[in-house]
Amino acid sequence: MSTTTTTVSAATSSTSTRHAVPTGPVWIVRDAWTEALRHLRIIPRNIELLIFATVQPIMFVVLFVYVFGGSIEVPGFDSYNQYLLPGIFAQSVVFGSAFTGVGLAEDLQKGLIDRLRSLPMAQSAVVVGRTISDLCRNMLTFSVMLVVALAIGFRFEGTMLEAGAATLLLLLFSYALSWVQALMGLSVKSVEAANSAGFIWMFPLTFVSSAFVDPATMPDWLEPIADANPFTVVTNAARSLYNGLPVGNDVWLSLAWSVGIIAVFSTLSIRKFKRATAA
Amino acid sequence: MHAVEATALKKSFGPTDALRGVDLVVPEGSVVGLLGPNGAGKTTVVRVLTTLLQPDGGTAFVDGIDVLAEPAKVRARIGLTGQYAAVEERLTGRENLVLIGRHFHMPVPEARRRAAELLERFDLVDAADRIAKGYSGGMRRRLDIAMSLIARPSVLFLDEPTTGLDPRSRLAMWDLIEELEHDGTTTLLTTQYLEEADRLADTIVVIDAGVVIAEGTADELKDRIGGDRIRVSIARAENVEKATTALSPLATGPIDISPSRVTLTAPIRTGGGVVPGAIRALDENGVDVVDVEVRRPTLDDVFLALTGKVTDTDPTPNLQEVREQ
Repeated sequence: MSTTTTTVSAATSSTSTRHAVPTGPVWIVRDAWTEALRHLRIIPRNIELLIFATVQPIMFVVLFVYVFGGSIEVPGFDSYNQYLLPGIFAQSVVFGSAFTGVGLAEDLQKGLIDRLRSLPMAQSAVVVGRTISDLCRNMLTFSVMLVVALAIGFRFEGTMLEAGAATLLLLLFSYALSWVQALMGLSVKSVEAANSAGFIWMFPLTFVSSAFVDPATMPDWLEPIADANPFTVVTNAARSLYNGLPVGNDVWLSLAWSVGIIAVFSTLSIRKFKRATAA
Repeated sequence: MHAVEATALKKSFGPTDALRGVDLVVPEGSVVGLLGPNGAGKTTVVRVLTTLLQPDGGTAFVDGIDVLAEPAKVRARIGLTGQYAAVEERLTGRENLVLIGRHFHMPVPEARRRAAELLERFDLVDAADRIAKGYSGGMRRRLDIAMSLIARPSVLFLDEPTTGLDPRSRLAMWDLIEELEHDGTTTLLTTQYLEEADRLADTIVVIDAGVVIAEGTADELKDRIGGDRIRVSIARAENVEKATTALSPLATGPIDISPSRVTLTAPIRTGGGVVPGAIRALDENGVDVVDVEVRRPTLDDVFLALTGKVTDTDPTPNLQEVREQ
């Protein structure tokens, strides 16, 4: 390698700094942030998307609370709202992760991926940047939803610290699922496919869980599935924290799920990206 | 050292051999045109040289750096404009340029300055702060090339830069590429249009079915198939037999008769006296001549002679892709 470098610097001495390729963790983060900004910059411009992204969670909160709120009782909870709303928060941030797959599929289809892959940035930056920008978008959606929930009577029964921890757990889980979506978005052939593939498994994931009802009320064969669902674990952890109830192992289990999913799917997605080609 | 040196590049996609041992050299400061029909392997060559694709065999160096061993260093030295206009549609032209500058690790002020320069240079100042989604096909291509040039690359790769452009935009793009040549931008250009290679490239490399079948300047390639062409238009199709008889002694190869049977084309020896001789012979055989033309062989003739296939001689733009403001 040293011989190559010498030949090159001799031939292009005037341009050697111009073509420098900085490496290291700081630059990986910086490259990823540059990519994240590519997406974040657009959010305030696309008013329609912004309205849609905030109306949807508001609609979910209002629909579930007023439609189901009166007819469902959950043991141990005075009001269904206190049980339900953490579940809706969890479902909304999980749905928000679907943007990651669709966005990556778009870059792939528009041929932008070739340009991005031919740039001297960290190869992981495109996917990492996308997941970071979607996390930021999800935080925005979450804030709106939280304000609406508080306005219609939701209360933090625990400490603010617990409420903060619950929120972080939910956002971390949505970030983990962003990586699952990333892999799917990079694997399918079209944006439309990414859209359907991204949403289809969200319904069983979020409904066969403790988000809306107590799994004990489900048929015998379904209950163990709902109990084992990582979405149940995360929802239970967040719910207990918001309500100031004992959390048991749920917090640690949620963290383990999220970190595990991130570890596996970020490795797979980044490998997939490096081999990706324009559609 | 050449700006690009590739040796014996091989690549298969399943059972298809896309590249079957391609050698390619792009000298510094020159424009090399990689010419071939669709599916010849042009884009595969570009993808290998721009680090997007691992070849199955062969070596490639860009600016003296091994593409396979140090792809990141190569990426810092190249600019790629692919077949799709790869711009971020949701950002403005200026933002697109700054974004790419940032990915080349330029400080923000430098990226902004360079973006402003390129916007000026590529006649995009008025559109600079509009969202790229609204740009016409020609504007997108100009922005795309400007993005490729932001970090002053050692080699610019232009993969079919005029595909999908309307005729006016294509001419503007040719002017632009000629200006870049004039500045000494080392360029590897792929095209399926003979006319384009003829006009823009210093050296043409003809590729077909994954192998290089000819290489040289446009003139050298034309010389390779030898001699000029005479084209005779006659007044009445029924005289075509007589005309063939008249031209036979002058022709150095088979005479090609057009489907309308009023135009005859034949290769002839280079030199004077052919046209008067042809007219005299036709006259003696009682053929009314409308027009006689002697021309050098075109790259179409070269391509036909080399591959036995007729290529797309007219770069017809895909009008659906063209968007005017």
